Amino acid sequence: MTTTPHGRPFPRPAVSALPQPVLPALTRRNFLRLTAGAGAGLMLGACSGGSGGGQGAGTATGTATGTAGATAAAGEYTGPAVDLAFWNGFTGGDGPLLLEIVNRFNEEHENINVAMNALEWAQFYSTLPSATSSGEGPDVAAMHLDQIATNAARGVIMPLDDVAAGLELSESDFAGTVWNAGIYQDVRYGIPLDVHMYGFYYNKTLMEQAGLDPESPPQTRDEYMAALEALKAEGIQGHWVSPFLFTGGHTFYSLLWQFGGDLFNEDVSEATWNSEAGVEAITWMRSLIEEGYSPADVGQDAEHIAFQNDQNAFIWNGIWQINGYGDTEGLEWGVAQIPQIGDERAVWASSHNFVIPNNRGADPNKQQAAAVFIDWVSEQSLDWAKAGQVPARNSVRESAEFAELTEQNVFAEELDYVHFVPTVPGIPDAMAEIETGVNEAILGSKEPQQALDDAAQRANEALEANRERYQA
Amino acid sequence: MATQIDATAGAGSRGFERPAGGSGGRGRGSGLTPYLFLAPYLVLFTVFVLVPALYGLWISLHTWDFLLPNKPFVGLQNYLNLMTRETAVGDSFWQSMGATGKFTLYSVPLLLVIPLLIALVLNKKFPGRTFFRAVFFAPYVLGVAVIGLLWRFLLDPTAGLLNYMLNLLPWVDGNIPWTTATPWVWVSLVAATVWWTLGFNAVIYLAGLQDISLDLYEAASVDGAKTLQKFFYITLPSLKRVLLLVTTLTVLASANMFGQALLITQGAPGTETRTAIMYIAEEGLGNFRMGNAAAMSYILALFLILASLAIFAFFRRFGED
Repeated sequence: MTTTPHGRPFPRPAVSALPQPVLPALTRRNFLRLTAGAGAGLMLGACSGGSGGGQGAGTATGTATGTAGATAAAGEYTGPAVDLAFWNGFTGGDGPLLLEIVNRFNEEHENINVAMNALEWAQFYSTLPSATSSGEGPDVAAMHLDQIATNAARGVIMPLDDVAAGLELSESDFAGTVWNAGIYQDVRYGIPLDVHMYGFYYNKTLMEQAGLDPESPPQTRDEYMAALEALKAEGIQGHWVSPFLFTGGHTFYSLLWQFGGDLFNEDVSEATWNSEAGVEAITWMRSLIEEGYSPADVGQDAEHIAFQNDQNAFIWNGIWQINGYGDTEGLEWGVAQIPQIGDERAVWASSHNFVIPNNRGADPNKQQAAAVFIDWVSEQSLDWAKAGQVPARNSVRESAEFAELTEQNVFAEELDYVHFVPTVPGIPDAMAEIETGVNEAILGSKEPQQALDDAAQRANEALEANRERYQA
Repeated sequence: MATQIDATAGAGSRGFERPAGGSGGRGRGSGLTPYLFLAPYLVLFTVFVLVPALYGLWISLHTWDFLLPNKPFVGLQNYLNLMTRETAVGDSFWQSMGATGKFTLYSVPLLLVIPLLIALVLNKKFPGRTFFRAVFFAPYVLGVAVIGLLWRFLLDPTAGLLNYMLNLLPWVDGNIPWTTATPWVWVSLVAATVWWTLGFNAVIYLAGLQDISLDLYEAASVDGAKTLQKFFYITLPSLKRVLLLVTTLTVLASANMFGQALLITQGAPGTETRTAIMYIAEEGLGNFRMGNAAAMSYILALFLILASLAIFAFFRRFGED
């Protein structure tokens, strides 16, 4: 099952994440200072001196978290042969496609060998910090947009301003707001690889059965309700409403924005999903169940399975399902932009970003090689788009080859109105609360307003605690 | 050793019930010997249990994120936050403790009785006995991820096999929300857990049953005892120690339930089936609020210690005859 390509960082019950006494302030620069008199200092100094374009300890950052002083720069890598560990959470059908890209990189680069390691996203996010702080972390990693601020604030990942400068990348090279979302406290930490949004998938077999034209999927609220009614007349429940993050949670966020609401206020100090727009969004979702367009008590992934089994006609799901549905034998399906149920068009989206983990005592050669890797893969992101993603890089998205990817292009049209979860440290904690709220409201264990209010109250407490913790 | 008891040389002199045996007279293996034998384990215990436990206590007195330089000392504030349901953490924590309590309450009796009945049957002589012993134990060798996914799909309210089969019955109409609504979620979690772990308890019972001398049953038969009387006057009393062990292990295992709820219900509906361990893990390893999570762990540990003591006290009072 790959309907959950990323979740909130869910912990695993292992002992490996026991707290370890680590001093984040012990950056390489401080370490050099401490050991300046000893031979060790000379050795390390020599290392960073020989790192091609690496700026060694030259650029200290002014962030409160005391991240590593060294930032790698891009360009060629001419140093000694290095092995890079590349971690990510692509455990689904997208993993093998990325591995192919990595293998091609290895063939073209004699002195860099990248070994990819995919682990569940949840495990990835809870393992990366401890692995990195003990110097055992990967040399390069992929991470979701909404995790960047948290990991930057905790000193898990390195500033990449120099990498971006070296690659001569700027906002104009990338899709909309995704480029700026990789910035935390005026410092860049992520290089975007893709944008992945929700889209509208429809089952052509069922539409035909209900006398609907499978070539003109519903796009407005009226059309959508009429289609559901036609399906219902044929005994088909047209839009299964999931109470879980995949796909109910993301559907709620999209609707909230469509009705003119937002998840948080301007400075992200308060949750605002319990607004009128939020209640309207949940109420619409509940009404699908009450009107019989959806069964009640849809289990995890059941809406997704039912879609593949010709039982569920419409599903709002992530772009990463393109290959999954394409590989489903006998499934006749099409895609369209997310229907507009509220007052404006809007849809939830996220983005995978490359990051360089802040390994204690990392080898500058590796950091330089990692920058080369990021640049190269970013240019190859067309292949990545085939895994069910929209490339973040404009040059790739505007290429003739990308134009041939039918479904991806339909979803790419949503770029004008995609919404991201704000990049604030600790935001996943608050998002976990609305996940619970949506679950309660859809399953009917609480009234919509009550569920959203309770979730907002818990989230506000978490946001306040995080403000203190990250001193943001 | 026990055969070489030298009653004159030191019985009780070192505080042991039995004298140390022949070597005692030569002055070697003095008081240190047992401790030396225990030392390897003691080292492991100290490094991996005692020190982390004390360190955890220290962590619980701070707002602690192991990666942030700023770890302010907050005294008992983490505990005080948990002592009230006014705060979100306190409210969520006690709800998760309640979920753990409910699960323990529902699952422990079943996990004590059903395996015992199975062990009694499997202790009889019949063709295919070894096969059935293996069958009942088999699910226990599966990991929680395997049984979790398995049951999640079997129990899925709309796409699951169980509801499909139930709907074939003429008097069943509609789907039962096995994984999305109370009280069905508890039925599901308890049933899956009982199916999964009963083999372990059954094997321990079986070992206990095989230790009971057949002479006792023969003597009872001669005295005209019926089957039930044999069970209550011979089998059950003979299993006293085994019962104590099984009860303690089962209560602790149930109180530590984590994977089943994570996979089968995801804590749904809402956070109804989010157990204490799930919440602690989420708070400490997901949200990196480790001070909070450590404080919760200590409260949970305190409950488990009290539960264990109560079990021991119960068996001491009602078990002695």
